[in-house]
Amino acid sequence: MSNIPAELKYVESHEWLRKEEDGTITVGITDFAQAALGDVVFIELPEVGAEVEADEDIAVVESVKAASDVYAPIAGTIVAVNEELVDAPEKANEDPYGDAWFFRMEPTDPNVLDTLMSAEEYAAKCD
Amino acid sequence: MGKQTPLYQQHLDANGKIVDFGGWDMPIHYGSQLQEHNVVREDAGMFDVSHMTIVDITGPEALAYLQKILANDVSKLGFTGKALYTGMLNEEGGVIDDLIVYKMDGWYRTVVNCGTREKDLAWMNKQIAAFDATLTERPELAMVAVQGPNAIEKVKQVRPQDADVIGELKVFQGLPVNEWFYARTGYTGEDGLEIIVPEAEVVEFWQALVAAGVAPTGLGARDTLRLEAGMNLYGNDMDDSISPLEAGMGWTIAWEPAERDFIGRKALEAQKAAGIPTKLVGIVLETRGVMRSHQKVVVEGIGEGEVTSGTFSPTLQHSIAMARVPYDTGSECNIEMRGKLIPARIVKMPFVRNGKKVFE
Repeated sequence: MSNIPAELKYVESHEWLRKEEDGTITVGITDFAQAALGDVVFIELPEVGAEVEADEDIAVVESVKAASDVYAPIAGTIVAVNEELVDAPEKANEDPYGDAWFFRMEPTDPNVLDTLMSAEEYAAKCD
Repeated sequence: MGKQTPLYQQHLDANGKIVDFGGWDMPIHYGSQLQEHNVVREDAGMFDVSHMTIVDITGPEALAYLQKILANDVSKLGFTGKALYTGMLNEEGGVIDDLIVYKMDGWYRTVVNCGTREKDLAWMNKQIAAFDATLTERPELAMVAVQGPNAIEKVKQVRPQDADVIGELKVFQGLPVNEWFYARTGYTGEDGLEIIVPEAEVVEFWQALVAAGVAPTGLGARDTLRLEAGMNLYGNDMDDSISPLEAGMGWTIAWEPAERDFIGRKALEAQKAAGIPTKLVGIVLETRGVMRSHQKVVVEGIGEGEVTSGTFSPTLQHSIAMARVPYDTGSECNIEMRGKLIPARIVKMPFVRNGKKVFE
């Protein structure tokens, strides 16, 4: 069974989102996604400062199995990326909700998280 | 649900992630393909290869039959237990399958791929009609490959009664002990054994190997290990439409004696005379990204080819691939990856042998 933390929000492309105290939103890939990909060997992240649309492909995860795009789950600006993940891509398998966050965004719509899936709704998609 | 080997329950118990492989339910990994790969390079891992097809050939004309259907010459096998790698070709010189033949005491044992079982048996049965020889498939035999620098020691520990026989085996030799058969062969580029076991005894053997510290290893690691070792995968790197001369298998064609008229010989001779159009090469990409099968290879000024097998090499920590390219290709090429042309280097295979990088 996948681990799906109740306090996070989710999108169908298997990314999770967490609202930080400063209003930015941290994004990563879910436990379900990392398990489906298998061992991750390379990660490419977006540029800090990039303005992105929802569903735009902005990062790449290469696993032993395949190369997969990572999509911007919401519209906004990239304000930080996890450079340490680039040097230790295996963290995406080991700690998908912690050390292996991908990037942080300033959302165009501050209330956007309310429109996304809850853990329960996402769990139903993963069955 | 597909066919299951006698070890299926062992795979489930070890958290194996099961996938379809040529109609069989087989473990792709047991948690981490990368860790399983590294265990085989550094210690000992084991693969359930019971899905592979074992075919025994007996009768007074067994040798003559194999000399007809195989491109390599079985008469080179000088003593009982010696093994030979060879292609089985069609009349056009294409590879129907690649296989290992073991010389037994007055008969021969072959191990062919599972994905090609039906067409192999159909072809072998059709050709045997002209010979006083018999084909017998051995589905009641299971098979386990134990591979890695400590593999042989651990098998001896688990099977002390057979340790002397195992100790006698040189590379590419096999010997039977009653219904068991030990061969010092493999598909990883490491030392180790491929062991044929009666299916009723294989679960106990597998569990004893686990207890001796041999790690169950899935098909995912099997693929990265064989690719690092520069070994072809049937269906990816060659098939019925590709001759061994275009698949890095020229060394498996026995041209002498010239009068041995094996199936495919005339087509190979014609191809050699006309010029071999393509070759199979090893490619390394020392920057980021992973080459994958079917990606386009662009060779400047010469033409195009295709990646036949590509992966991330856990031992080298970068991508490696095999590709079929125009015959005149030199040492440089570009791989089309995700819409971009990425420069890569052509090297002599294998990439890794006995845990170490071997190409320049």
